[in-house]
Amino acid sequence: MADYPNGALQAGTPAPDFTMQSAPDQSVSLADFRGSPLVLAFYPADWSPVCTDQMALYNEIHSEFERFGAKIAGISVDSAWCHVAFAKNRNLRFPLLADFHPKGEVARRFGVYDESIGMSERALFVIDGEGVITWSYVSPIGVNPGADGILAELEAMAPAQVTA
Amino acid sequence: MSETLHRPQLTVPLSERDHVLGPATAPVTLVEYGDFECPYCGAAHPSVVQVRQTLGDDLRFAFRNFPLSQIHPHALQAAEAAEAAGVQGRFWEMHDLLFANQRALELDHLLGYAAALGLDLDRFALELEQHTHEPRIREDFMSGIRSGVNGTPTFFVNGVRHNGGYDPESLLQAIRESA
Repeated sequence: MADYPNGALQAGTPAPDFTMQSAPDQSVSLADFRGSPLVLAFYPADWSPVCTDQMALYNEIHSEFERFGAKIAGISVDSAWCHVAFAKNRNLRFPLLADFHPKGEVARRFGVYDESIGMSERALFVIDGEGVITWSYVSPIGVNPGADGILAELEAMAPAQVTA
Repeated sequence: MSETLHRPQLTVPLSERDHVLGPATAPVTLVEYGDFECPYCGAAHPSVVQVRQTLGDDLRFAFRNFPLSQIHPHALQAAEAAEAAGVQGRFWEMHDLLFANQRALELDHLLGYAAALGLDLDRFALELEQHTHEPRIREDFMSGIRSGVNGTPTFFVNGVRHNGGYDPESLLQAIRESA
């Protein structure tokens, strides 16, 4: 069994590689996002019973992420089929990745799997174009972490991206 | 490095641009970021009314727009209607009407509310058509994003995000604890 980090990976750590289904017939890997900042938003599950869940919020401000040339992807242990239905229902404009098999493996590698509930924590990672984590944040599970931390980090990264 | 963002703060303080009820000198300030089509905001509305009644002049209340237009197709236009009423001095009357009629937010309904409030209908309709107030609503929205608004409704008690419920007791308790 692989060694998993004890707690969320911190800034300065290379992001662990992953390959996950982004659709029932499609997979993406970390390498596919090279060259642009990537926001990974781990969340416990699709279909949380509020109208303004975390993914809906990111959908509203998708253009703000695009302004920084950043991509965003949501990750939960739900299957690709479940993600398809959820994304369609919420009209989501960014991919949801299925950390489904082996269940929670990617969350474990990022140090944000909650064994007691069998889901990931609410965790955010900003990864630069070289694949290095520049910011991470774990929210209390019941608290939607919003977007201000992500945008502040993307703003901080922006000059480096321009001069690079 | 992970940061502590559990209790975000209001980054854009209240100013003359805001819609405010209660005296500027009130010891407590409650700010709501809300969406007129959001049922949870509708449920929070009577709570706010009750908290205002309980605290009287000790409370200053402000409402900022946070329309989640991807999931609430009428939310942005409803916010525009509130702002269009606002420039005619009737923001709060429209705000109350919209929350009282959350399932009737089509353009015809909005024009009907404007008529009921005795607004200059030509001006109201033109401002909706030209989206005159959309930039201001966007400003509200982004100020919320940068303050840690994560859904609707989100309340700030004396500038700090309130993470608890929005029944009157929870709001009043948060207000007492922040004093």
